[in-house]
Amino acid sequence: MGGKGEKPKLIMEDGRRHDGRAFDELRKIKMQVGVLKNANGSAYVEFGKTRVVAAVYGPREPTLRHVVSPYRAVLRCRYHMAPFSTDDRKSPAPSRREIELSKVIRESLEPVVMTELYPRTSIDIFMEVISADGGTRTTSVTAASLALADAGIPMKDLVAAVAVGKIDGVLVLDIDQVEDNWGEADMPVAAALTLNEITLLQLNGTLTQEEFKKGLELALKGIKEIYKMQKETLKSKYLQVED
Amino acid sequence: MILMSFTPSEPEKILPRLKSETITSIVKKGIRLDGRGLDDFRLFKIIPNYLPKAQGSALVKLGNTQVLAGIKLEVGTPYSDSPDEGVIIVSAEFVPMASPVFEPGPPDENAIELARVIDRSIRETHAIDLKKLVIIPGKKVWTVWIDIYVLDHDGNLMDASSIATLASLITAKVPKATVTEKGEVIVDKESYGMDLPLTKKVVTVTLGKIDDVLLVDPDYEEEAVLNAKITMAITGDGLIAGIQKTGQSSVTEEEALKVAEISLGKGNEIIAKVLEELGLSEELARPREETKEGKGSNENIEEDRSEVLQDLKDSSIENKGSRKLH
Repeated sequence: MGGKGEKPKLIMEDGRRHDGRAFDELRKIKMQVGVLKNANGSAYVEFGKTRVVAAVYGPREPTLRHVVSPYRAVLRCRYHMAPFSTDDRKSPAPSRREIELSKVIRESLEPVVMTELYPRTSIDIFMEVISADGGTRTTSVTAASLALADAGIPMKDLVAAVAVGKIDGVLVLDIDQVEDNWGEADMPVAAALTLNEITLLQLNGTLTQEEFKKGLELALKGIKEIYKMQKETLKSKYLQVED
Repeated sequence: MILMSFTPSEPEKILPRLKSETITSIVKKGIRLDGRGLDDFRLFKIIPNYLPKAQGSALVKLGNTQVLAGIKLEVGTPYSDSPDEGVIIVSAEFVPMASPVFEPGPPDENAIELARVIDRSIRETHAIDLKKLVIIPGKKVWTVWIDIYVLDHDGNLMDASSIATLASLITAKVPKATVTEKGEVIVDKESYGMDLPLTKKVVTVTLGKIDDVLLVDPDYEEEAVLNAKITMAITGDGLIAGIQKTGQSSVTEEEALKVAEISLGKGNEIIAKVLEELGLSEELARPREETKEGKGSNENIEEDRSEVLQDLKDSSIENKGSRKLH
């Protein structure tokens, strides 16, 4: 971890965080599905100043003929950050970080998509981070899962994700960029709650065994809230049609 | 160029179905094809200072997996946000000779992921004291290039690479650099100024999951059938210094906690084994001292190297003509 200049205070005297949140409080979250016309499914998810648009195309005929399986649909995933999403302009060329994240995000969705129903096809998931303020991979997973559901692709469960961080020695839920830059650890977690499965688990930084246990518990608690919002978002799309 | 991450092809392509089914059914009874128990890490051998032209290096043979790590130090410029720190860059190459499934080309997502997991384990623990790698503050620092070269793939490339990285970091030396009056840096590659300032020892421990069975250090065939893997980076002082779940399946909360428990124990064992292989077991207790001048401290390692070479004579790389690495 580390950032520019002097390390700011991350936990205030009253125990609150730099933006006034409690240790187990999520940022302000917004979710919407069906935000794009062309894609088969799409979603917009906002966690504070982190904003991600996700789109799903497919199942469709694979564009590359060698990327195909006779047994299942192949998932193709791209996590990408827009040049204007960060403090300093980011080159639009895919970085090593984005290549790694595209992989772990794909692997976080593989366990829930019922790919065996669509052999010889490809399901393409695109995530564009349009504003990055910490937690972009977890926001992307949450948005991608909604977009898959919006595309009507059969899934065993929705996947929701959030990161737990350790800042000034305290475990906190849903860290933002300042907390990520100056904290001691960042642990993104994605889970399919109904299946009781953790589908993404990473840790950047150091934790004791006890902290890992508590952090995982805290993440799953946050995921439960996000999961509930995802369901409501999907339902509300159809309620609007009735109006 | 890598445009997207896509589902890899099926394991059926590299392993006969009968074998997959056997592996899956016997691990449930706690047995593995090569006779190991579920918590057994394969034996490994290290040849330190394997490369004459690198400032630190090690060849690691973990089962039949062979990974070579080489460390090169070059004078470079610091990052603008950390002007008083050296720079580390970790890269991994899965060369096509190492496996029938590797293709020539730039590192794929797996190689990039591996390098980044090892990079984070070193960076986040401040295992290398970057402040000691400054030559002219704000202007010239040492860049530590850690290059991981996978030569033969028999599973668990992550841990083999991590062991090779640790061994080469321990043996690495910083060339002598002098600053002239004009502010130029002159590097004397023939003599060393100090050992690479290593403050912590970190290794990764990888467990595979086949259905609901967790197994330490999966080999190539087990990797072909397993559903998911969890890698945890473990420090010598018992911290978890990085986690990466990989693979197309998931783990439960209980499994994740169990993996942490097992990894912490194994990590300690592996670090001790690395030091033993390097003939530095007594180092566990005392911190490293900086060597003053020249190559004096190389002698011990040279001795160890010939011992290891002797050890390896019968069973391994030195004897397999086709795999000879010179």
